[in-house]
Amino acid sequence: MASSCAQLCRSCRSLPCSMAGTRTWQFYAQVRHTVTSSRAPTKTCTGEFFKGNLTTGQSRLRWSSHIFDYSDSAARYFSTEAKNEKITDELCSSDASPYKPSLLPNKDAVPQTDSQFLLDLDAATEFPALEKISDEEAVSISVPSSIPPASFSLKDYVDKSETLSKLVQLGVNLWKVEQKPNVGSMLLRLDFNMDVAPRLLFLKEIGVEDSRFGYIITHNPFFLTENVENLQARVNYLKSKKFSAETVASMVSRAPFLLNFNVKRLDNRLGFYQQQLGLSASNTRDIIARLPRLLCGSLEPVKENLKVCEIELGFKTNEIQHIVLAVPKVLNANKKKLTQIFDLVHNTMKVPHHLITKFPQVLNSKYLRLRERHFFLEYLGKAQYDPSKDNYISLDRLASLPDEAFCTELALAALEDFYLFQKTL
Amino acid sequence: MASPAVRIFQKLEGLFCVYKPAGVHWKIIRDTVETSLLKGLNDCAPKAVPHHIRFLVDGSTDPEAPKGLTVSAASVPALSQHPLVTGPEFLNLKVGVGHRLDTFSSGVLVLAVGKGNKILSEFYKTRVTRDYTLEGEFGTATDNFSVSGRAVERSTYDHITLDKLEKVLAMLQGANQKALLAYSSVDMRSQEAYEMAVKGLLGPEGKSAPILTGLRCIHFQPPHFTLEVQCINETQKYLCKVVHEIGLELRSTAMCRGVRRTRDGPFTVKDALTHHQWTAADIQQAIQLYKPSKKTKGPPKNQAPSQISEGNVTDTSQRETKLSETALIEQTCS
Repeated sequence: MASSCAQLCRSCRSLPCSMAGTRTWQFYAQVRHTVTSSRAPTKTCTGEFFKGNLTTGQSRLRWSSHIFDYSDSAARYFSTEAKNEKITDELCSSDASPYKPSLLPNKDAVPQTDSQFLLDLDAATEFPALEKISDEEAVSISVPSSIPPASFSLKDYVDKSETLSKLVQLGVNLWKVEQKPNVGSMLLRLDFNMDVAPRLLFLKEIGVEDSRFGYIITHNPFFLTENVENLQARVNYLKSKKFSAETVASMVSRAPFLLNFNVKRLDNRLGFYQQQLGLSASNTRDIIARLPRLLCGSLEPVKENLKVCEIELGFKTNEIQHIVLAVPKVLNANKKKLTQIFDLVHNTMKVPHHLITKFPQVLNSKYLRLRERHFFLEYLGKAQYDPSKDNYISLDRLASLPDEAFCTELALAALEDFYLFQKTL
Repeated sequence: MASPAVRIFQKLEGLFCVYKPAGVHWKIIRDTVETSLLKGLNDCAPKAVPHHIRFLVDGSTDPEAPKGLTVSAASVPALSQHPLVTGPEFLNLKVGVGHRLDTFSSGVLVLAVGKGNKILSEFYKTRVTRDYTLEGEFGTATDNFSVSGRAVERSTYDHITLDKLEKVLAMLQGANQKALLAYSSVDMRSQEAYEMAVKGLLGPEGKSAPILTGLRCIHFQPPHFTLEVQCINETQKYLCKVVHEIGLELRSTAMCRGVRRTRDGPFTVKDALTHHQWTAADIQQAIQLYKPSKKTKGPPKNQAPSQISEGNVTDTSQRETKLSETALIEQTCS
């Protein structure tokens, strides 16, 4: 008897409550029968025994309703086997207790939880947990998907979504993309074969290299929602403006937003650059091909920069044209930085305008580096930027040489001395 | 097992100093250093993408195939752990800045990474002195006491000699020495005050007005002159004002051409990193080099000054303060 009880308890413990419902019931019935047949009066120790066990407040009431009916028979076996106590404890307090009222004759009203458990038991009878089921049945079990309905990041969906996993394999930085508002859900809604593949094929058709796909989509995920016909129209427009096919491909791969602008807007912008700078068509093409970002950004800063060059820095129109043709980046540069560098070059280094126009790279270099080098040369007595005199140092070399070459070729000093000098400024 | 980036970060925690160029705000320096550290940390070695087992359902719709489902186990890379999906490992670092330097001045700027911030705040709770080199020019006064300001007054400076300048400096130093005693909040007639003065520990606790503990002229060639200053609780603006006041005291005017900090506590210009060295590797080296060098480099602690004469009181106190700082850093670092 005791062993059967222990068995029951073990089965209760090992199986989840709802699954094991039917089994427990059967066992319980057996226990009950055997117990009643071998009834013996040992009431003295029963009370104590069960008092010790009744720890959980929930089951206390229920227990008290049928405790006498049950305890007088079972207690003898429990009390004889002291080592079973732990197991029975578990049985009494948690698992088995809810079933008992339905099993045993009730002395007061049935608690409401019982009806729920009965429902659970009914459901459980359909799934005998320990029986083997066939493969078909196993497949037909619907498993709730582990994908969360909402998430902060695309990380949860990557393994499940074909589009996302393919995009990762293409080199798209999903972490960067998902920072943009609404882009994550937009990407999830896309179907790889229907939406993504045609646009990638289109890119490939116009000559963009495969390795640039990741870069383009990372920076402009909205490219994947553009209409392919529109894209084709824009490429045709660029080609009609005599941009060669290779140029268009390189422009698209360097300025990912280029193809998101409609034809009218592209036309406006090309017109703007040609007008503002007063350049010929081929020169405008050259500038745009070298810095396609100019077409994508705002035009206000460009206007401002041109005014700064003209009014604040005092360059003539043809000089500005020359500078922009050599370094288109001047149009996009920070105007504060431009004036800072110009101030250093023109007012401190005393370099006239026409020389700056000759070496416009200097406007694109780093201010601090330029300043340090100038002061170092001045300290050594070699700061001589006039091409008509001896020991002339060209601005171009001053600005663009790396530190080692600058020290050996221009300053004729040791690199360590240059670094030490930097700490005295 | 921590990832390689985390291990590198653990080596990066500590104090180091950079050389701040003039004309750059200290916040820009801090941000530049943080960016380059993040770049170094995140670029170090991308983690290999772990593989996980998935049961792929065979998609073949072959009617001849045995009824039932055929699944094949395959090891596929877990893309949710891919670096492109998870993003960089470190997004920001705690980089703290020690005693500030304003935009106009240049010199040693102490920075702290990670746990170093704690040491940094402990470090500044002690009385830390700093060395400055001030370059001044006689003849002009400006509204903000430095060259960048608008000139408000011009005057002659022919009458100024080195003697006169040094007289003024000595007077200024005397006044500051008195202030130092006044701020030290100890009864001057007590034995305790005497013992503290012997050890050079007299000084303000925490905040106080700026105090110059040492002042001398290292270069004099009118109109240009250069001063070397040791001070506590100063700002760069105050130092410019000192130059201005020296000018006024000499019956002339002066303005500050440059403020350069050559030492901040134990950090000297020698160890400072110039801007081409602001990379993770160089900074790590600087931090690592700094930690063990404390134990060997620091002079013995219990070496008491043998004699104190009137003249070298400030010098000794200077050295002693430096010494106690070193000891403190040693404690906090280890």
